[in-house]
Amino acid sequence: MQFFFEVLIGGLLAGVMYSLVALGFVLIYKASGVFNFAQGSMVFFAALTYVGLQEKFGLPGWAVFGLTLAVMVVLGIAIERVVLRPLVNQPQITLFMATIGLAFFIEGLAQVIWGTQVRRLDLGLQDEPIAMLMDRFNMLVSKFDVVAAVVAGLLVAVLAVFFNRTRIGRALRAVADDHQAALAVGIPLKQIWAIVWSVAGFVALVAGLMWGARNGVQFALTFVALKALPVLILGGFESVLGAIVGGLIIGASEKLAEVYLGPHLGGGIEGWFAYVMALLFLLVRPEGLFGEKHIDRV
Amino acid sequence: MAWKKTALAWIAGLTLAAGSLTAVAQQAGTQFVGITGYRVGPYGANGAAFFGGFTDYLQLVNARDGGINGVKLSWEECETEYNTAKGVECYERLKARADTGPTAIHPMSTGITYALLDKAPADQVPLITFGYGRTDATDGRVFPWVFPLMSNYWDAATAIIKFIADKEGGEGGLKGKKIVLLYHDSAYGKEPHAVLEAEAKRRGFDLEMIPVPHPGNEQQSQWLQIRRIRPDWVILWGWGVMNATAIQTAQKVGFPRDRMVGNWWAGSEIDTEAAGPAAKGYYAASLNLAGKKFPVVQDIEKIVYGKLNVGGDPKLIGTVLWNRGVAAAMFTLEAVRTAQAKYGKKPMNGAQVRWGLEHLDLSAKRLQKLGFGAMLPPIKVSCENHGGSGEVRFQQWDGSAWQAASDWMKGDSALVHRMIEESAAKYAAEKGIKPACLGG
Repeated sequence: MQFFFEVLIGGLLAGVMYSLVALGFVLIYKASGVFNFAQGSMVFFAALTYVGLQEKFGLPGWAVFGLTLAVMVVLGIAIERVVLRPLVNQPQITLFMATIGLAFFIEGLAQVIWGTQVRRLDLGLQDEPIAMLMDRFNMLVSKFDVVAAVVAGLLVAVLAVFFNRTRIGRALRAVADDHQAALAVGIPLKQIWAIVWSVAGFVALVAGLMWGARNGVQFALTFVALKALPVLILGGFESVLGAIVGGLIIGASEKLAEVYLGPHLGGGIEGWFAYVMALLFLLVRPEGLFGEKHIDRV
Repeated sequence: MAWKKTALAWIAGLTLAAGSLTAVAQQAGTQFVGITGYRVGPYGANGAAFFGGFTDYLQLVNARDGGINGVKLSWEECETEYNTAKGVECYERLKARADTGPTAIHPMSTGITYALLDKAPADQVPLITFGYGRTDATDGRVFPWVFPLMSNYWDAATAIIKFIADKEGGEGGLKGKKIVLLYHDSAYGKEPHAVLEAEAKRRGFDLEMIPVPHPGNEQQSQWLQIRRIRPDWVILWGWGVMNATAIQTAQKVGFPRDRMVGNWWAGSEIDTEAAGPAAKGYYAASLNLAGKKFPVVQDIEKIVYGKLNVGGDPKLIGTVLWNRGVAAAMFTLEAVRTAQAKYGKKPMNGAQVRWGLEHLDLSAKRLQKLGFGAMLPPIKVSCENHGGSGEVRFQQWDGSAWQAASDWMKGDSALVHRMIEESAAKYAAEKGIKPACLGG
């Protein structure tokens, strides 16, 4: 039983790491109704820029964080100017296709600027078991994962306040509902998009730092986006809370499946198990656990 | 729309012009080397080191020696991103680049190697798979165009077992022990299964094999299983991000790193530096020694990076994979040199290079003369044995560099030889191949 709980807790905490990436997708989707295929690339770009700047200038962590955030804001504004602005009022599939192109561009740009070398990212936090839990209960819980969970919790709180309690947040939601109607009531669509892409850049930076500190900063960071997809399907594309709950469910279930079902199915099932779960969930609740139900007049 | 047509015409024209310029370069009598490399993408860091060393050596031979016996080298690198489809596309493009073909192809991917196994003989292009690819291709009577030089995966697996046995007190030391193979869930990761199962049966240890899905950046459940199994040793058969993640996650579950042994694709600075302090104590097999003490490395640093200033990233010089790339290029060029001794001092085609590879004899003295010294063990290739020495050396990460943890050693050569013969014979029967030496 103790092993079961270890797997369960480990899975829940791993799920929080997926949620960190999923939050970036939710932000863009809430504000523009677009599934941002480039979110994984932004995570990679942010983490690589952080370690690149740290190596180049040897500044303290907070200063590099600030500089990287500035770079992500500039990137967000540039995306709005060059990619999104010409596509206002175009079908959403067009915007989605644009983000696919953007993903490849950002990946290439990051490697051109900073090279392809794997870099270590030290946040001063070792990924090792909490000694007290290990000694008393022989229970393995990682310090790093607990910190990641706290960071994700803080992010959710900040984003929830941002969306529900600020004028910009409300404007973002109006833009997501209808671009033209939002423009008609005087909401500055261009600024709103620039803001939301910048905030998504901030979320990408936080996710990139956590994932980069664990695995090293390398191209494989772009793949963490694949882990976020089933989380979004389960939690709902428009819900910040859904990203967290979806992450917890996906994380726990894929780990339990790998440990208890995997050996009977040849192992290595967690790569696809989360997607099977998400597909089954789609059949029952297409909008996800916390997604908004859309009723269109025909 | 007119401007679009004009632009397309310009692009088409420039592409054709570039193609014909390359062809002219080949007619000028150079030895053209086609390189299916990767410097971007998920395994870009590994590829950048290997192919960086590879092209740096080509630069050195041109600049220092004026080519091979006066035949200058030219080369073209095509980016595969470690993607099998792109690898095949690159191969098709490069094989047509020169009258003599691409000299020899280093796919640097087990997947691409498998995809080219049937194509290469038809096109008369030798494949050099230095420490990877299909293990039974060591039997040159069945696979005359494939050269898994130096050591193959089965050599590696049996050498790792021997290394572990030595740590456990010798030949009978593994009886009743538990060993986990943590492997990349791909053709590459599955290569050692058969030989490890045979070793487990022979030596009496319990073997558990746990797959890690690509790319391997999340291994919580695999390591929790390992924690439950409580093995004495873990063998890591990974590539790219999987290696650093495995080392980090081992620390997370409290598994000692000095009870982990990686194969030679899980034993570079890329793996350990990304894992940080967690990697201290970790063992890995190696095909070649790292470091800058070898004269060939010093020559490259002095001439290619210093005088000519055409080298790649100087931080890579002397690293495990960069040195391996230098060695891989040397194998190719020494095969050309060997072939020239028979066919004359001119650019060699695929069939001639194949002959050169099959008669490659790099003794300790020859390696010394080439500036490699002890970086590699001596290699002698024959029709029956397209591999070579089968030797492996072990190293241990001390937190900042790899330190030697053994001398050059062999695994269970008799077992490996028998399994290669059986597997190659099975392949020959399936494909209707009559095993034979091709000759010159």
